[in-house]
Amino acid sequence: MNRANRPFEFFTASYLTRIDNERAMSLRQLRDGLDHCSNPSIFYHTFQSLGDYHFLTEGFSNDVAQWVLAALNRPRLAEQLGGLDIRGYVDLARLREDVLLIIDEFLRASPEAGDLEAFEPFYFCSSKEVLVPLGWEAWTLVEFRRFLERMGHASFHFHFLVSRLRLHLQSNDFSVWFKEELGLEGLARQVDRIDITMDTIDGAKARLLKLVDRELAA
Amino acid sequence: MQFDDYVPILGVQEVDELRALARRLAGRSVQMVNSTAVGGGVAEILNRLVPLMQELGVSPRWDVITGGNDFFEITKAFHNALQGGPYDGRPQDFETFLAYSEQNRHRLTFDSEFTVIHDPQPVALIDARPPGKNHWIWRCHIDLSRPNERVWNFIRPFVSRYDGSLFSSPEFSRQLPIPQYLFYPCIDPLSDKNRDLAADAVREVAERFGIDTDRPVLTQISRFDRLKDPVGVIRAYQIVKRYADCQLVLAGGSATDDPEGAEVLAEVREAAGDDPDVHILDLPPWSAVEINALQRASTIVIQKSLREGFGLTVAEALWKKKPVVASAVGGIPTQVIHKHTGLLAHSVEGTAYQIRFLLSHPALAQKLGEQGHEHVREHFLITSNVRRYLALFLHHDSLGRS
Repeated sequence: MNRANRPFEFFTASYLTRIDNERAMSLRQLRDGLDHCSNPSIFYHTFQSLGDYHFLTEGFSNDVAQWVLAALNRPRLAEQLGGLDIRGYVDLARLREDVLLIIDEFLRASPEAGDLEAFEPFYFCSSKEVLVPLGWEAWTLVEFRRFLERMGHASFHFHFLVSRLRLHLQSNDFSVWFKEELGLEGLARQVDRIDITMDTIDGAKARLLKLVDRELAA
Repeated sequence: MQFDDYVPILGVQEVDELRALARRLAGRSVQMVNSTAVGGGVAEILNRLVPLMQELGVSPRWDVITGGNDFFEITKAFHNALQGGPYDGRPQDFETFLAYSEQNRHRLTFDSEFTVIHDPQPVALIDARPPGKNHWIWRCHIDLSRPNERVWNFIRPFVSRYDGSLFSSPEFSRQLPIPQYLFYPCIDPLSDKNRDLAADAVREVAERFGIDTDRPVLTQISRFDRLKDPVGVIRAYQIVKRYADCQLVLAGGSATDDPEGAEVLAEVREAAGDDPDVHILDLPPWSAVEINALQRASTIVIQKSLREGFGLTVAEALWKKKPVVASAVGGIPTQVIHKHTGLLAHSVEGTAYQIRFLLSHPALAQKLGEQGHEHVREHFLITSNVRRYLALFLHHDSLGRS
């Protein structure tokens, strides 16, 4: 059994939601707000909403897409925005660009839709991350598995999804540790393929547990 | 009730995370201040929040301000005016308010590291803030989106001196020079209104009120108030009734001591006519178990408000895994994520349509209810509230005193 030189430290992240005193009542106002809002605001409406609504598996990807569907009744645009794979982004600037690109293309094709009044406002908010160590350290895959089983949603979301923004890699804390500390490149690759946007956090965690169990049994 | 009682509801994983957060605040002092020890939503929340924080190792204290009838008449007028009602107070009311604040400032001790002042009644206690390292937060439980300007201009300078403010919905907040955070109201899953009930107990209550549990039951739980649109609910039911053999339950209270409530109740009875499938229940305030059972006996829960605060009856229904059809007003869209945790509507016809849709798609209705339950578990339980407070204190602690 490989032993790491550096243990895997488990953290939990809590997110305070800050109300940003800006709202949009039309698609054009939403577009302008997204253009100049802070990065923590882009994070809140994408990465955090994916974590907040982790129990939804069908048709929910981010706040922006949901608002376009429910408040503007624009299913095609909502589908395009919802189709953005948050998992694929390693920086928020690129994510913002892509959201704006989709909205701008829609507005070019349907300029009349830009100023129609929404059923309800879109409120811009932003996230404040509060990070706390759980006090668990894993030095081996067996220890890792034991702690993984006790890991909550917030902790999994932080290590599996939010980690991409920290690492600037299309990867996650687990895979990086498997590869760099335990030399388990195959396991790391398989874990990278877990699709959290098509699954709940519990589902993604169950897949990870299964992959770890298979590795331990090999 | 103890913190461990929540473990089966939250799971050991979430409890571990809460304990990890609380460990960083072990022994740190927290003071909660509000205007009443019993009655009202704030006292109900603090009654659970304070012991839970204590069990997690934080040192919370709960103080209640005092005042004469004149003070509470003034604060009630402020409360209504801040929520958009008319205000015809006298100039000396502001002086009276400040005089009572001064009395409370001398009567109470303010030496905690984190002080949370709830609602406008004690807002001027910010004058009592001692020098040194401490953090003062104002928790606003009311809807400030359309305040009376005269009252708000009086309150605002006090609010602006806090380190942060907490609002139940972005819609209820104001432009302020201090950070504003979103803190949802919450329900207690172990309270009489929300705890699990045996199927027999649910049936017994339904039968006591003459409800046939073998046919679909549509329910709205709300006091008899025009803003809850009970007559609109009856109109929606009457449309649905053309297509489905269902019953309607309108259960609420406050009709006996509220002249407008009695008037609305009469309008509701008239709109219902002699339909034996419409059950209008004027319940006394001690009916928590009955309300719980009525929600559980429902096929669909409706909340067709024209204007709403947060509307926690929606969270109560979702917690019981009920599909909800509700108006997109106030805090309701936060709870009912359209097509994910319920269905939103904007009219009588829309409400009727969504009800018909759910009655003919029971699998979808069940899924919405289940997802609604998870949504409440994640965001609107008392334990989520504890977590938010712990995170808030840790965040402000990391900033130092502003």
